Amino acid sequence: MIHSLFLVNASGDIFLEKHWKSVVSRSVCDYFFEALERATEPENVPPVISTPHHYLINVLRHRIYFVAVIQSEVPPLFVIEFLHRVVDTFQDYFGVCTEAAIKDNVVVVYELLEEMLDNGFPLATESNILKELIKPPTILRTVVNTITGSTNVGEQLPTGQLSVVPWRRTGVKYTNNEAYFDVIEEIDAIIDKSGSTITAEIQGVIDACVKLTGMPDLTLSFMNPRLLDDVSFHPCVRFKRWEAERILSFIPPDGNFRLLSYHVSSQNLVAIPVYVKHNISFREGSSQGRFELTLGPKQTMGKAVESVLVSSQLPRGVLNANLNPSQGTYTFDPVTKLLSWDVGKINPQKLPSLKGSMSLQAGASKPDENPTINIQLKIQQLAISGLKVNRLDMYGEKYKPFKGIKYMTKAGKFQVRT
Amino acid sequence: MLGMSANSVSYNDQGSVESGVDAAQENSSIPGSISSSSGAAFSLFSADYKKNEDLKEMLESSKESLKLEAMKRIVGLIAKGKNASELFPAVVKNVASKNIELKKLVYVYLVRYAEEQQDLALLSISTFQRALKDPNQLIRASALRVLSSIRVPIIVPIMMLAIKEAATDLSPYVRKTAAHAIQKLYSLDPDQKEHLIEVIEKLLKDKSTLVAGSVVMAFEEVCPDRIDLIHKNYRKLCNLLVDVEEWGQVVIIHMLTRYARTQFVSPWKEDAVFDENSEKAFYDSEEERKVEQSDLYIMDPDHRLLLRNTKPLLQSRNTAVVMAVSQLYWHLAPKHELNIITKSLVRLLRSHREVQYVVLQNIATMSIQRKGMFEPFMKSFYVRSTDATHIKTLKLEILTNLANEANISTILREFQTYVKSQDKAFAAATIQAIGRCATNISEVTDTCLNGLVLLLSNRDETVVAESVVVIKKLLQTQPSQHSDIIKHMAKLFDNITVPMARASILWLMGEYCEHVPKIAPDVLRKMAKTFTNEEDIVKLQIVNLAAKLYLTNSKQTKLLTQYILNLGKYDQNYDIRDRTRFIRQLIVPNEKSGALSKYARRILMAPKPAPVLQSAFKDRDRFQLGTLSHTLNTQASGYLELSDWPAVAPDQSVRNVEVVEPVKEAGAPALRKSKPAKSHEKFYSDSEEEEEEEEEKEGSSSEDSSNSSSEESASESESEENSGDSNRSSSSQSEKSSSESDSEKKKKTLKNKKLQQQKPDSKDRKQKNGNAVKVESRSESESGSESSSSESSSESGSELDSDSDSGTDQKKNTKPKPVQSKAVIKQVEKKEVSLLDLDDFSPAPVTTPKSSILSPNLLSDLQGLLISPTTSALQASFPVFVPETSHELLHRMTGKGLSGQYRFTRQPCIYGNSMVSLQLTLSNSSDQALENIHISEKSSTGQNIHRFNAIERLEPQASVTVSMGIDFNDSTQAANFQLCTKEDEFSVSIQPAVGELLLPITMSEADFTKEQGKLVGMNESSATITMTPENLSSQSVNRKVVSVANIGVIPSSQENIYRFAGKTVSSGSLVLVSVALKDPDAVITINTEKTVMSSMLLRQFKTALTNSGP
Repeated sequence: MIHSLFLVNASGDIFLEKHWKSVVSRSVCDYFFEALERATEPENVPPVISTPHHYLINVLRHRIYFVAVIQSEVPPLFVIEFLHRVVDTFQDYFGVCTEAAIKDNVVVVYELLEEMLDNGFPLATESNILKELIKPPTILRTVVNTITGSTNVGEQLPTGQLSVVPWRRTGVKYTNNEAYFDVIEEIDAIIDKSGSTITAEIQGVIDACVKLTGMPDLTLSFMNPRLLDDVSFHPCVRFKRWEAERILSFIPPDGNFRLLSYHVSSQNLVAIPVYVKHNISFREGSSQGRFELTLGPKQTMGKAVESVLVSSQLPRGVLNANLNPSQGTYTFDPVTKLLSWDVGKINPQKLPSLKGSMSLQAGASKPDENPTINIQLKIQQLAISGLKVNRLDMYGEKYKPFKGIKYMTKAGKFQVRT
Repeated sequence: MLGMSANSVSYNDQGSVESGVDAAQENSSIPGSISSSSGAAFSLFSADYKKNEDLKEMLESSKESLKLEAMKRIVGLIAKGKNASELFPAVVKNVASKNIELKKLVYVYLVRYAEEQQDLALLSISTFQRALKDPNQLIRASALRVLSSIRVPIIVPIMMLAIKEAATDLSPYVRKTAAHAIQKLYSLDPDQKEHLIEVIEKLLKDKSTLVAGSVVMAFEEVCPDRIDLIHKNYRKLCNLLVDVEEWGQVVIIHMLTRYARTQFVSPWKEDAVFDENSEKAFYDSEEERKVEQSDLYIMDPDHRLLLRNTKPLLQSRNTAVVMAVSQLYWHLAPKHELNIITKSLVRLLRSHREVQYVVLQNIATMSIQRKGMFEPFMKSFYVRSTDATHIKTLKLEILTNLANEANISTILREFQTYVKSQDKAFAAATIQAIGRCATNISEVTDTCLNGLVLLLSNRDETVVAESVVVIKKLLQTQPSQHSDIIKHMAKLFDNITVPMARASILWLMGEYCEHVPKIAPDVLRKMAKTFTNEEDIVKLQIVNLAAKLYLTNSKQTKLLTQYILNLGKYDQNYDIRDRTRFIRQLIVPNEKSGALSKYARRILMAPKPAPVLQSAFKDRDRFQLGTLSHTLNTQASGYLELSDWPAVAPDQSVRNVEVVEPVKEAGAPALRKSKPAKSHEKFYSDSEEEEEEEEEKEGSSSEDSSNSSSEESASESESEENSGDSNRSSSSQSEKSSSESDSEKKKKTLKNKKLQQQKPDSKDRKQKNGNAVKVESRSESESGSESSSSESSSESGSELDSDSDSGTDQKKNTKPKPVQSKAVIKQVEKKEVSLLDLDDFSPAPVTTPKSSILSPNLLSDLQGLLISPTTSALQASFPVFVPETSHELLHRMTGKGLSGQYRFTRQPCIYGNSMVSLQLTLSNSSDQALENIHISEKSSTGQNIHRFNAIERLEPQASVTVSMGIDFNDSTQAANFQLCTKEDEFSVSIQPAVGELLLPITMSEADFTKEQGKLVGMNESSATITMTPENLSSQSVNRKVVSVANIGVIPSSQENIYRFAGKTVSSGSLVLVSVALKDPDAVITINTEKTVMSSMLLRQFKTALTNSGP
């Protein structure tokens, strides 16, 4: 399946290679570099590239291209999904997935890749299993290992591999038993010029951080499970229980994991938390353009809208922008023409605004399209769909765990057309 | 810290050296050939050499930490793609190191360089051979992994041997590694194919979920054409699928898709007819079979099994799994069931950019054929300015495919914003999309044209040019109505600068010059002026226009044409000169031009077919969805073609697993069509019963039942294969328990009580879908169902299997026969548990005995209870008389000390509604204890027998009473079976008296006469007898009759007429007996559908009533 893996950084250098079958010369990446050159944006590189003898499937994350070399037919999503899983694992192990982090931990990276694939076929991708095989590097462990000569490689087959719950390692022990669940919802929306919603939907995830001793069996129930239209589960969730009772019943993996991602049925009207008043205009013949933007809270259920960030790709003809924010700071990159305005918290009494003028290239005709405005925001303590966790119960263990549930709403792909 | 300080020195010069090596390697791509590089590189080479010396020293030191440090640096070199092959001898020495990390790093090195250093690599082989015997499974597995990864042809035989051995290893993890090794060996030496196929065949039979994915991968790689290997494992794979790890799922699903296309007939023909069947199929798999038999299209139950078992995987977090299931449904499911994949596919669009790309491509292909699937989700395909260009164009493609009369206005409005996009390539693509919408939907053609014409005044050239080109194509389809647009374009002509657009307008003018007779010559006049400044394509079109006008309107344009042809004659571009020369010869008549010029008009003004605007994804459906080939739209190497559906389904019995004998079980499903029959099922399966209850409650958990039933059959397949014959069953059982449940058992003892109680249903738990949990949570009310759930699941599973198997020979007179395939070990466990459960054993289940949890001993106790009058509240009436006579089953002489007697208890059988309940008394008259007394699985006759659980040990002179049920199917044919002890087998047979095949019922006299009225003619038989005087009393008549047959007495208002009613056990047909005394004669009348039975009964009544005595 997967023949080789090359890691390419933003400047186009291969900084790591790993082969699972016979060695493939790194010159195969030339085809990738060609595609990279052709692409105007880093994201525009086609994910699947065909070369005379191989196929390259690449994934771009954290400004690193993970280029997998394939020799024969394989479902492309198989490879793509796996590459993303590799990145997730790196992130899990090193905190960040950057070129520096990978280079610093090259041995662990190699050991991980060795365990994750055998002959190009995924072997162990479950984080709990990997962590038993290869312990994540910590400063303390590095020091201890250096002194005692002990290793960070496990000697036994992870019990999870063979058990009926392969995602959970056995023998977990904590002094403080805690289970935290974050319900995070993202609003994807397109708002048109006049402020009416073209399309809006809510996607949510429940991320969990479970640190419980032993083999706890948890059930999580919702007040209003019918809201969830389409769901996908972590393998630990018992599907049939969900089908029958709409209850999430599972033996959790140890540590952080994504329990569930869901889609809120589109019939429900989506509350749009902010509105945008905008006036962006260019006059014919003049080298000046006007830019006015005001943000205000709309349906926020009484919660504060925080961490608001507005960004917009201004037309190519714009040379510079001279703007005046009522709060926060703004930047304009004259090369990429990207305007971004860090608004912060929206105060309903004093609405944030950004006003000023843009200077256009002299003699250029007026751009015929107004830029799209992308908005990011956060609302704490609110799941915008109204989803509520009813209760969390634990079976199978005697102690009383500490339980916590947090709600948050974010803007996902939230765009305002102007 | 010691180790670190020791290294710090070497680190210092390391930095410079390494950068030097970098440079050297970039100079010469072949690392080994450094000597041939320039002088500058030579110095670097020496540095390189020095550094390696340093590493070599570290590796040869006695300190573990130094070695480890060296290996880590070497791995760093490998990761950077630098050559470290010279260190091979030094590294390979450490292959047997005790330090596991060091060893692993050495493995990494070995695998990387063994191919280059084959001779030296051989040094390490013996270490691996030793490690293959290690008691630690991880070490065995990793040894095999590395051994098989060393691509040295010499060791092929060693590898082969190791693989064969590992394939039978007790650890599933090692077997998994063996499956991976198969592919490696195959790529190293394809000649081994035949041997490897043998191993694959063996591993395919493996029941571990860990192995399944890997071995199927090996199958796909080595012998994808050997579909015959799959047959026997098909059902098992389907059932295991949910529990296989996600990557294996993808591979298995793709393989099964191909398999299904060769084995089943197309479900796409009679969709309408099929519709309702499938609905039912989800609710009641038994019923499905019934209905299908009568219908036109019969979906193979195995086909259904696949669809049913893959469906929950649509909820997987792994996008590849979701896509795999989607493509499976696309290629295999009846069309009306396709819609369930839509949501999941749309959900994937939230994932990473790369995932979106692949999924959108697949949706694009699907949306061409089936708009309806994605139309409700149209808005999910709206383009965002932040999307990558290839995502944008794919979304556009899908939106165009989805456009229809109803939504076109919305789509066009959306397109209008796209046209204004800053991404001009995307804007141009949008215009093409508008053109496609316009041709596909005739209602909006005019709107689109007008919109496009408006775009002609756009400031952006690419937009204008694209519009012109699209308008040209549109006009070509219907030119006559649109002369005004052509005129409009002529007016705009001066403002358009893009050559392609100008050329397009000119072509339009020429082609349709007859529609714009006044304007065309004027345009030509203008063009004549600017000819020399035009681009080449424009010039060519000017020449064309001139020629066409010359032919149609030579009066006005003759001179202009000649002028233009003259300009063209001296043009710099030879193409234009050529064209000019050709046109001149063609249109201007002179003596040299031959016959051709006569046809000039027909050549130039020939009606041209309009270009077809169609999707780029039109022909992509030739590839299987979700494949690399589909994404690339070219056949990738190794692509396996999806075959067409066979016209006639190949023999489906090939999928039957041979050990199973439930060939005769077909009767059972037939019984389940009616509601009361359902309660019958409860005897077999707690979990199934639960489903039913759930269904009643929820009314919506359609796939719930289907899933669980599949799960059950999953567990069943295991148990059933184990039970092949009695000898084997115990051995395979023990093997199974050692391989699978060993670890669990160990854990079990450590766990607290709650968990322990869960353990018996570990099979269910393994399914991880919560069925088992349900059992547990409801256990209090259901009196210990947890204890039996593992048993019951296996039993119900066998029922289910009977359902699928029975397709081959489903005949009426075959009888149900629940397989009781548990071997000794299990039973011991079970007994313990059920004893535990007696604590909360409530009397409730006694009256409605519905669970099979009752151990045989308990059963006989309970039967004693039943006889007491307090518990007579059974549906059917209570037997009036229970004969005490027992019949001999086995004489102690023939039975070598074991003797058996049976008697009919005349109770409704708790094992099954259609069974006759029997009590068996086995006694040991020998002087040795007899062990493991049971009834063998094999039955020579077709009766369905509920066996008693094996009796572990029968002490000398002891006897034991057990109960069993036999479905005689309302015939007096003897049931033959084997009564087995540990050493011996005895053929025994039970011949029922016809009267024992009945159950008493009560009814009012009126009902009796009414029913009797229905059963006349053929169904009535009567005889006149002369009664002996002592039999004349009513009591004696009653006693005589009920002693012959198990029927109930009906109160009679007439003296001298006695009425009795009963029903047959199996089919429930009424048997009405009336005895009318006409001193001294009596007339016996029997009314029943079962004529054979009635004649036999009549004979027995005659003898009974004529004989004197009790």
